[in-house]
Amino acid sequence: MLLIACPHCGPRAESEFHCGGEAHIERPKDPASLSDAEWAEFVFLRDNIKGLVFERWNHAHGCRRWFNAARDSVTYEILAIYPMGSPPPALDPRRYV
Amino acid sequence: MAGRMRLPQGGFVAHDELLTFTFNGKTYKGLAGDTLASALLANGIHMVGRSFKYHRPRGIVSAGGEEPNALMQVGDDPRSEPNLKATQVELVDGLKAKSQNAWPSLEFDVGALNGLASRFLPAGFYYKTFMWPASAWMTYEHFIRRAAGLGVSPRQRDPDRYDKTFAHCDVLVVGGGPAGLAAALSAGRAGARVILAEQDHLLGGALLNTQGEVIDGQPARDWIAAAEAELAALPEVRVLKRTICYAAFDHNFFGLVESVTDHLPRPPENLPRKRLWKLRTKQVVYCAGAIERPLVFADNDRPGVMTASAVQSYVNRYALRPGRRAVVFTNNDSGYGAALDMKAAGIEVAAVVDARQVPAGPLTERATALGLRILGGFAIVAVEGARRVKRVRVAELSLDGKTVTGVPEAIDCDLVASSGGWNPTVHLFCQAKGKLRWDDEHACFLPDAAMQTGQQSAGAANGRFGLGSCLREGTEAGAAAAAACGFAPSDTAASQAEDRDFLPGRWIWLVPGEHPLGHKAKHFVDQQNDVTAADLKLALREGYRSIEHVKRYTTTGMATDQGKMGNVNAIGIVADEVGGHLPEVGVTTFRPPYTPVTFGVFAGRDVDNLLDPVRRTPMHAWHERNGALFEDVGQWRRAWYYPQHGEDMHAAVNREVKAVRDSLGILDATTLGKIDIQGPDAAEFLNRVYTNAWLKLGIGRCRYGLMLKEDGMVMDDGVTTRLGEKHYLMTTTTGNAAAVLGHLEDYLQTEWPDLQVYLTSVTEQFATMTLSGPSARRLLADVSDADLSPEALPHMAYTAAKVAGVPARIFRISFTGELSYEINVPASFGMAVWQTLTTAGERYGITPYGTEAMHVLRAEKGYIIVGQETDGSVTPHDLGMDWAVSKTKDFVGRRSLSREDMARPDRKQLVGLLTKDPKEVLPEGAQLVEKVLPQPPMPMLGHVTSSYHSPNCGRSIAMALVKGGLARKGETLFAPLGDGRTIACVVADTCVFFDPEGERLK
Repeated sequence: MLLIACPHCGPRAESEFHCGGEAHIERPKDPASLSDAEWAEFVFLRDNIKGLVFERWNHAHGCRRWFNAARDSVTYEILAIYPMGSPPPALDPRRYV
Repeated sequence: MAGRMRLPQGGFVAHDELLTFTFNGKTYKGLAGDTLASALLANGIHMVGRSFKYHRPRGIVSAGGEEPNALMQVGDDPRSEPNLKATQVELVDGLKAKSQNAWPSLEFDVGALNGLASRFLPAGFYYKTFMWPASAWMTYEHFIRRAAGLGVSPRQRDPDRYDKTFAHCDVLVVGGGPAGLAAALSAGRAGARVILAEQDHLLGGALLNTQGEVIDGQPARDWIAAAEAELAALPEVRVLKRTICYAAFDHNFFGLVESVTDHLPRPPENLPRKRLWKLRTKQVVYCAGAIERPLVFADNDRPGVMTASAVQSYVNRYALRPGRRAVVFTNNDSGYGAALDMKAAGIEVAAVVDARQVPAGPLTERATALGLRILGGFAIVAVEGARRVKRVRVAELSLDGKTVTGVPEAIDCDLVASSGGWNPTVHLFCQAKGKLRWDDEHACFLPDAAMQTGQQSAGAANGRFGLGSCLREGTEAGAAAAAACGFAPSDTAASQAEDRDFLPGRWIWLVPGEHPLGHKAKHFVDQQNDVTAADLKLALREGYRSIEHVKRYTTTGMATDQGKMGNVNAIGIVADEVGGHLPEVGVTTFRPPYTPVTFGVFAGRDVDNLLDPVRRTPMHAWHERNGALFEDVGQWRRAWYYPQHGEDMHAAVNREVKAVRDSLGILDATTLGKIDIQGPDAAEFLNRVYTNAWLKLGIGRCRYGLMLKEDGMVMDDGVTTRLGEKHYLMTTTTGNAAAVLGHLEDYLQTEWPDLQVYLTSVTEQFATMTLSGPSARRLLADVSDADLSPEALPHMAYTAAKVAGVPARIFRISFTGELSYEINVPASFGMAVWQTLTTAGERYGITPYGTEAMHVLRAEKGYIIVGQETDGSVTPHDLGMDWAVSKTKDFVGRRSLSREDMARPDRKQLVGLLTKDPKEVLPEGAQLVEKVLPQPPMPMLGHVTSSYHSPNCGRSIAMALVKGGLARKGETLFAPLGDGRTIACVVADTCVFFDPEGERLK
């Protein structure tokens, strides 16, 4: 079980959180202008990266705030926690073969 | 004396504390400090079970948690527990143990016939033989499992309590042997908060099994006692004995099980039987020691064949003689430890059979000096004695170790101590995804890089097999762990001791026998699963290459011991066979638990009423008093129906449904989700999350909304009311309240943080009761000061007023199609207002109705229930609810509605269904077809989502999701049922079966 440092509540067990999947996928401002394929990309398709990933997390059983986390999907190490709306931090991509 | 093989003194048992126990119905004596296994051996009992597949007699092999054979059923119902390892069960007075896997008795076992037929039971036999036809597997499995004898689960309810506790520490030390004690001491002295977990009830680890070890100039036993005393005195250190760390999870989270009362003959009432520790630590030091590997030789499973270290443990720790005349078979120096200790204990050592051409090493030298008979370059090639070793035959090994030469020599003996080297206990390290590396010199896998931060291994678990190295590495690891937590290092010097390894070794994975492999004798690799070296080779011949596949095909390394003794031997044999290097074959995945954990530990106190929280409305007690039956909706207990005078469900629901349409009903609707929405941008927010338009909803007006996910599928529905200028109240379905709030918060916080909107769940703050029926207005007028005229409070309007003297919110909305008022009052007034309404309503024949009647009433009107008519693949268009979808604005999910797929003509669409026979009621979930074929499969068009007898329509009614349903009106469809009946039904023009004009809402 991960130990996640909620920016508002401090380190808490993963069971208090809900993972919202890949971060930095902005809802298109004008969905009507997108092709079916482009819209499907937004709704359905996500990267499945072995290495550095950026994820949305919600402290669902705590402050209920959303935040972003950078995590190594192999070691599960959490490398950074940063607010919604901030750009992803510059980190070693940690790509594994 | 407790057993004829007991030594008169010595060891860690209390020679003056006799305990009585039974094994297979016979009574024996043991000593306090014994395990069940040692007590049996002290009584001269080796044979304790039959093997899984061949039902061969099996004996105790080890003295620890790696034991593959000595599985016991311990205790009587309801405290009977199967699959306990006799080597881990502490003896208590009155303990009752039985062998498993023997029928009708251990001595005479019918299944042993399998042994005679064993050449017909190769690896994969069950897969090959019983998997066809697939439908018969259930039958086969029943008999196979009974014959396999996996123990019996208790038939009665577990009378014991189990507890859970959460803990945090700086340094977790797993294992209380020399390395673990040293690590805990150095971390504890530095001031770190330390938890030391030891599965045994004694600290000391392998030091308990040996004799003559000296640490810092004093006997090891004294050093252990001093270490234990010092740890007890350190305020931040906690030593957990009888506590096994069974799992390593992410981010240094560990699962431990503490056995609290099993060792007590009469456990006190206040204690739980076991306690689950959920432990988060900053640093961990794995000091779990090493497990000795047995040699794989012909008929190495005879009772009386044990590991050398187990023999040492029984002699030194438990003060008993596991045999009278022993042969040691080793390929390294450590096997000589058993020879020396046995000799000292008065056991005749007939020979030390050493696979090494040139026996060498410190213990070898001592044995040579004592004049023990040492056969260098020899191997045991046969073991005689079905129920107990009688004799071995030894022969000289060829140079490559693949064959033997010369005429074998027979040596009489009743005990064989075998040592094939040592495997560091890397299980937890690997569960935490740590990588292993192969140590060619010691022939074992060692911890390499840890995957997670803050993880170290020390001592034998890290390949430091000498006592001095163990102490030094433990000390350093403990200090480093404390330093990583910010504690200044203490000036602890490591304790000093002799640093003896077990090298040199000659690593032979498969010892040749007198006959070709697989003929006349069996070389067991995994005794618990009866897997032989021949089985592994068969798997390779049949094309399996990955060790994971070989494992699953042969079942080697499975079951309760998870191959703690056999796995590396199996890997070695596979590597030899495929001509590769052992690390290239690799290891199978290590998964929790390290040893089995009884289910009660995981359940803890979360049983019965504490299994799941139950939510009750403020009026719950009234429903109970009035005979309601309840149904679970999410965690809520909702009144289902109120049978009167012996009514069955059908009669009660019919009466309730009629009463609402004829006069007046009252429903407890408290459980509907309520979300308070405030802020200047609330209208804009609603406009984005609902499919319809919200910007122009007036204050005091209500509107029905459909909520979609971004994929265009219906997620929830409900009525939202504008209470004030910047204030709305949203209702959600009962089961979806939390999900909807989460959905809304997600958009608000992550997509539209610029919107000023505040969401609060107020579901439990208000009690909600619905008055529904033609008399609703009259009753409410009697008890309320509100202006209820249709002009002042039309359909879909809201007003604040007093009801029964209590401030209330009144919503004129309807889920029945009748004139209805939903009344919200503060929860604490709920019961009082409900009682006032039901009492005052008597003159109108007020009838409480439950969720079942509510379902019928709404179905008569064709109102959907999200989760019943929808299943996450249904759009508003599929439901025929385009009227609720705006054409002019964006909203969540809108773009998905114009995807190409949404225009498919064969999408499942919601239709009304009327059975041809109005008395017949379709079962919900029934599949619909166009044409009934003689047998399945037949093309399925969809399924019935809702179906009831409607007393108001005087017939059955149903709704269904049907492919292209909207174009099928008037068509006849069929529902072939499991019982052979087929119900014919017609697709109706509409889902609205009652009052299609909606007159009654006015």
